Amino acid sequence: MELTANKFKANASKALVDAQLQKALGNVEKGFIAKRQKAADALPEFDALRDNARDIKNHVLAHLDLYLEEYERKVLAAGGHVHWAETAEDARRIVLDICKKAGARTVTKGKSMITEEIALNDHLSANGIEPVETDLGEYIIQLRGEHPSHIIAPAVHLNKEQVEGDFRRVHTHLPEGRDLSEPVSLLSEAREVLRQRYFAADVGITGANFLIAETGTSVIVTNEGNGDLTQTLGKVHVVVASIEKIVPTLEDTSQILRVLARSATGQDMSVYTTFSTGPKRQEDPDGPDEYHVVLLDNGRSAMLGTEYQDMLRCIRCGACMNHCPVYHAVGGHAYGSVYPGPMGAVLTPSLNGIDETGQLPNASTFCGRCESVCPMRIPLPKMMRHWREREFERNLTPAVARYGLKAWAFFAKRPKLYRLAASFGMPLLSLFGGTSRRFHSLPLAGGWTRHRDLPAPEGRTFLQAWAQREALKQEAGQ
Amino acid sequence: MSARDTVLGKIRASMRVPASDEARRKTVADRLESTPTGVIPARAKLPKAGQVDLFCAMAEQFGATLARVSDYKSVPAEVATYLRARNLPAEIRMGADKRLKKAGWEAEKYLEVRHGASDGGDLAGVSHAMAGIAETGTLALASGQDNPTTINFLPEHHIVVLKAGDIKGDMESVWAMLRKTQGKGEMPRAFNLITGPSRSGDIEQTILLGAHGPRALHVIVVE
Repeated sequence: MELTANKFKANASKALVDAQLQKALGNVEKGFIAKRQKAADALPEFDALRDNARDIKNHVLAHLDLYLEEYERKVLAAGGHVHWAETAEDARRIVLDICKKAGARTVTKGKSMITEEIALNDHLSANGIEPVETDLGEYIIQLRGEHPSHIIAPAVHLNKEQVEGDFRRVHTHLPEGRDLSEPVSLLSEAREVLRQRYFAADVGITGANFLIAETGTSVIVTNEGNGDLTQTLGKVHVVVASIEKIVPTLEDTSQILRVLARSATGQDMSVYTTFSTGPKRQEDPDGPDEYHVVLLDNGRSAMLGTEYQDMLRCIRCGACMNHCPVYHAVGGHAYGSVYPGPMGAVLTPSLNGIDETGQLPNASTFCGRCESVCPMRIPLPKMMRHWREREFERNLTPAVARYGLKAWAFFAKRPKLYRLAASFGMPLLSLFGGTSRRFHSLPLAGGWTRHRDLPAPEGRTFLQAWAQREALKQEAGQ
Repeated sequence: MSARDTVLGKIRASMRVPASDEARRKTVADRLESTPTGVIPARAKLPKAGQVDLFCAMAEQFGATLARVSDYKSVPAEVATYLRARNLPAEIRMGADKRLKKAGWEAEKYLEVRHGASDGGDLAGVSHAMAGIAETGTLALASGQDNPTTINFLPEHHIVVLKAGDIKGDMESVWAMLRKTQGKGEMPRAFNLITGPSRSGDIEQTILLGAHGPRALHVIVVE
């Protein structure tokens, strides 16, 4: 997709007045938060598992080169192929080559953010191969020519009436008078339509939640079963995964699985957790004839050893955006990047550079909810702050903000002057507060007063109040 | 330089580590060898009878239906009853699993048993699970001739037979079972952990059963 991260403010303004979107976004706050909390509360070991999950990934990242070598060795031993891709372009070329060799005309796809990152669908279409998304949410947005607005609920920005409209527009072979008023009839229709596509597809493409070094296995976690049909019924199964998906062992996978679904949807386990190792074997009655893994770097190796390394622990559960007040207000598309929400605000500048994405790490109130629910304990606000620092250093911050910060810093670094200014300024502001004790508009504070009043200062400044309190305490002590 | 060497080289450069660091290699080899278990939830640590009860309770909580029968001979009747109760045709698809084969399907005269992988035309499929995981009511199924993977996903109704003795408290016990049957570091081609029937919440975050996989999951536990 086209990166429009630096139009975040404009995008957000539009999103805030989009009534359809605002209605749909209500489902995010309503659904995800309570479900996650209930699942976490029901497992006393939840926080201990989060600690362990963090430690496992830290261990992997410190030995990533060696685990990748081991993983590759095991995939090859199981009869699979491993392709290394340094860039998104390399990955696109590799997948297209595999599809061409298989003589593919259509490919089915399981839900995968990494294929969004490399813009695979456009590349396949441009080369005469039709990609068919099979996850219900992905299918819906593919019909609309949109991109996912959430990493685990791609169509969360839509209401059922919009989906009905799309199905009527595209599924013209079905009777016009059919009843599609309930979500369940929409689901059934998608199921029927996509069934045909699985059997017709030559290649099935999935992502991976984990790559297990011990066994050379790729793991996908789904609820619908579409990823499984995609990878079982195609003649060729292609897994596209980024290098940090590695975990050492089956036991390590279990540790992270215990926090993944609980953090994402509030389930103890997703319906299907599928471990795939190599192609169809001699005695197998089903499964793909070929099994390929495309290992994508695309900027991740450069994050190792930097203040952004912790971001590579991310398991894409979506909890950070589910709990983000900014995401709740504007939805995923406003971020203008493949990965929305707090995790996107950290990852996107790492992958695309801060010049093109500077507004994303600023799209946060630093309330800290994202970090508090992250199953991998990724310090997201801290890393967004690091990106703001990079942005400032590179002179990318807008001039008004720069001068504002500089003016504030001038006073903040001179406490005496600061107090003097405050001791004049506050009573003056209080005086102008009038009888309503509120300001409806103020010079230099239009961004605030356009939407809400500013209360007038009452009485003393904090420092004056503090000094008086200390003095009283001393008196009482004597 | 190959793409492989480039990527590995970039990782090592960022981490400031040489390719030939024996201490790091030993750390990795040790972890893969010793497979440490980490945190196991207390609710999984139960005596055997408790594990079976917990498995049944969790499986039902996550949307499966459940029957407990005394022996394999009772399985065909239970399958026939299930199909009748839902007005389904008396037809099933099944792999070559010996335990299922020996159950005596000829006793159900009107039940048609089709063998081999599913072609998408089956309304009901029967599989034998390798294990059950009590912690989350999860079934573990290994691919192969005995239980083709397509049967897990294509039929509308998936009926899974499970020996009570194969129900384990936690996921980790199933990894131990796999290492015994497959060898360490080896896996079946496809290994499916299944927890309830397929579902989607993609339309307005309302959970609906019966997405692309089975609409219903029925578990028969053989005591």
